Amino acid sequence: MSDFLLEAVHITKKFGDFAANDDVTLRLRPGEIHALLGENGAGKSTLVKMMYGALQPTEGELHWRGKPVRIANPAAARSLGIGMVFQHFSLFEALSVTENIALALPGKAGMQELSARIAAVSREYGLPLEPGALVADLSVGQRQRIEIVRCLLQEPALLIMDEPTAVLTPQEADQLFVTLRRLASEGCAILYISHRLEEVKTLCHEATILRRGKVVATVDPRRETAASLARHMVGVDVAVVSTRAGAVAGEPILTLDHVSLPADGPFGTALRDVSLRIGAGEIVAIAGVAGNGQSELFDAVSGERVDGLTGSITLAGQVCAGRGIKARRALGAAFVPEERLGHGAVPDFPLSQNVILTRFAVDDGMVRRGLVNLGLAGDVAGRVAGAFDVRTSSNDPEARSLSGGNLQKFVIGRELDRKPRLLVVNQPTWGVDAGAAAVIRQALIDLAEGGSAVLVISQDLDEIFAIADRIAVISRGELSEAKPTATLDREAIGLLMAGAHETASHDKAAS
Amino acid sequence: MTGLEAVILTIITASTPLLLAAIGELVVERSGVLNLGVEGMMVVGAVCGFATAYTTGSPYLGVLAGVLAGMGMALLFGFLTQSLATNQVASGLALTLLGLGLSGVIGESFTGLPGVKLQPLDIPVLSDIPFLGPILFGQDVLVYTSFALVFAVSYTMSRTRTGLVIRAVGDNHHSAHALGYNVIAVRYGCILFGGACAGLAGAYLSLAYTPQWVENMTSGRGWIALALVVFATWIARRVLIGAYLFGAVWIMGLYAQALGIGIPSQVLSSFPYLITILVLVLISRNRTLTKINTPACIGQTFVPDR
Repeated sequence: MSDFLLEAVHITKKFGDFAANDDVTLRLRPGEIHALLGENGAGKSTLVKMMYGALQPTEGELHWRGKPVRIANPAAARSLGIGMVFQHFSLFEALSVTENIALALPGKAGMQELSARIAAVSREYGLPLEPGALVADLSVGQRQRIEIVRCLLQEPALLIMDEPTAVLTPQEADQLFVTLRRLASEGCAILYISHRLEEVKTLCHEATILRRGKVVATVDPRRETAASLARHMVGVDVAVVSTRAGAVAGEPILTLDHVSLPADGPFGTALRDVSLRIGAGEIVAIAGVAGNGQSELFDAVSGERVDGLTGSITLAGQVCAGRGIKARRALGAAFVPEERLGHGAVPDFPLSQNVILTRFAVDDGMVRRGLVNLGLAGDVAGRVAGAFDVRTSSNDPEARSLSGGNLQKFVIGRELDRKPRLLVVNQPTWGVDAGAAAVIRQALIDLAEGGSAVLVISQDLDEIFAIADRIAVISRGELSEAKPTATLDREAIGLLMAGAHETASHDKAAS
Repeated sequence: MTGLEAVILTIITASTPLLLAAIGELVVERSGVLNLGVEGMMVVGAVCGFATAYTTGSPYLGVLAGVLAGMGMALLFGFLTQSLATNQVASGLALTLLGLGLSGVIGESFTGLPGVKLQPLDIPVLSDIPFLGPILFGQDVLVYTSFALVFAVSYTMSRTRTGLVIRAVGDNHHSAHALGYNVIAVRYGCILFGGACAGLAGAYLSLAYTPQWVENMTSGRGWIALALVVFATWIARRVLIGAYLFGAVWIMGLYAQALGIGIPSQVLSSFPYLITILVLVLISRNRTLTKINTPACIGQTFVPDR
């Protein structure tokens, strides 16, 4: 009888000729918090999908409590006692918390009985949830609680978590760690995927590190440093982004004065009385939990939405609250939205045509007498790919064929290639591996060094502290005052993210 | 028979085919599938229902044939859009064109023949009550079926696990797949239900409304049913309101024309559309509610990643 709960033995998974997992062996004990580390594309997701029954291995076996098993589908995994919390939640926005959870449970418990159980379990584990609430109305942190409670109700023996803290405030993350430690102490094994190495060091008992589909090391993370873990993941030392010594802001480039904007649809967040000033040579970062008005702020600054906007927006000395994105680009601004595939780039267009889309109106010669200069567009695409190390499989491929990190480098590079006076970028390194993230952050810093203003909207506090000169926090559509990075720490930001600055302004509004 | 009684009876017969077709399409769309082939399924249901009833002499076998024919057409749509992952809009339009053509071929030898009428259920005593009797207890079985379907669909969608799964699949097929639900099987089931309802609506036209076969006899009712589902914001009881409102205004327009009211007939015949749209837009002003009830995945093709 083996004392392992789940063993993945010599697992290989091939997609065509490409081996996403190559002879991977991983063993989990009951009560152990086991980290699974690796860059994007290292094969972490593929491995856990096989453990959860969403994919089948090409070769190799899974053993559950010492016996070989075939996990045919997620329902089979759940009946064994394997629960999974996905990075991209598998929730239904139009359904209530109880309905969402009912969908994952076998059998037909009555809705009222289930609501009572949800309330009880969520209270017991410190994960407060309102069973009748609609998912669409909940924050990302609350949504994750639904996923966790959904797993807990099935009394899992193994809980798989895919980057659970990527979307949480520091305080929410701390609360999650308390819950996970408690679960582990009750004998539940936890497989924990994360990019945040400090977190892995404090939380996990063992770490398996994947690189290009192979296990490169199995270590005790408590005895490693973040740098040594990163070296295992990447294979070489990761370039450290050169930090900045509090740049002095020049003339104001972008000024928002008491800007309000209605919510973008019933699930959006209205911007309320937002004021912000960014000077030349300065990087200002906006922190906040997703869904607190970031996309509305981006739309207001970029000019994607001008209807219903009140307050004034001044760009390079010109009032432009009522002007669209083309006029703002002509003033020297450039914009990189959050969603790179579909918003930042058209998936089915080759890179050269994607170049035209943001630059047709501002580049000399890109469009002449209504005709597109495809040759020039191709040259620019090639120049961007070269300058930002965009790895492509063919000459001028379609945008959708690029990996997330490569496409993000291209989308940002396309704008930087114009040498904009203002760059506004929403979630610059979301879902991008460490190597590409370092390239992107360095490029933003270099742009500011050259005298441009940079506005970064990000959920990643490590990133914000690494590059920002000043930090503001957005919460429920309100923006806190931007303060110099040196005067802030993570705790202070976390409190603001949770909405601490709002009380004051609400009291003001009430009086 | 009083005048008002006659008006109400004609309104019921005008509204029932719309209601039957729309309630089926509502279930289809709730599962995230847009089937624009309602008109085609309906007209094939009408011709098959008529032909079977004429040949066998039994209107009930005719109804059964109409249902099966509608399901057959729906199965074709399901195979194209679910198994082969074709575009739903194009496939639905093709289904309507196919249905109109196919029904013409099948019905060629039946044109102008005397039909078999689906008789009203003559409930003794009750249907003899003046005024209310014929209206409440003197209808044919399909009218009662249409009301039963509205109730059953409404209850299933809001109260049962089956309904929850259908709504979940329509809201986010990736999540439903990740939780282990067979998205394509659920959608096949809903598409077949929609086909059965459209076939039933067609059979009602050729067996109860006007017991005969005329080419193209659905004359756009399938499209009206489709529009009703959208304007009713995918809520079953609103489909009921919409279908009857449309039927009522339509019939009133006919009466107004017969009475010689000085409004051009073209204007009168546009009233049902205008008023139904106006009323349904007014009752569905709550945008949040509308957004919640709108199937987020509607019309999107789903291919499981395996």
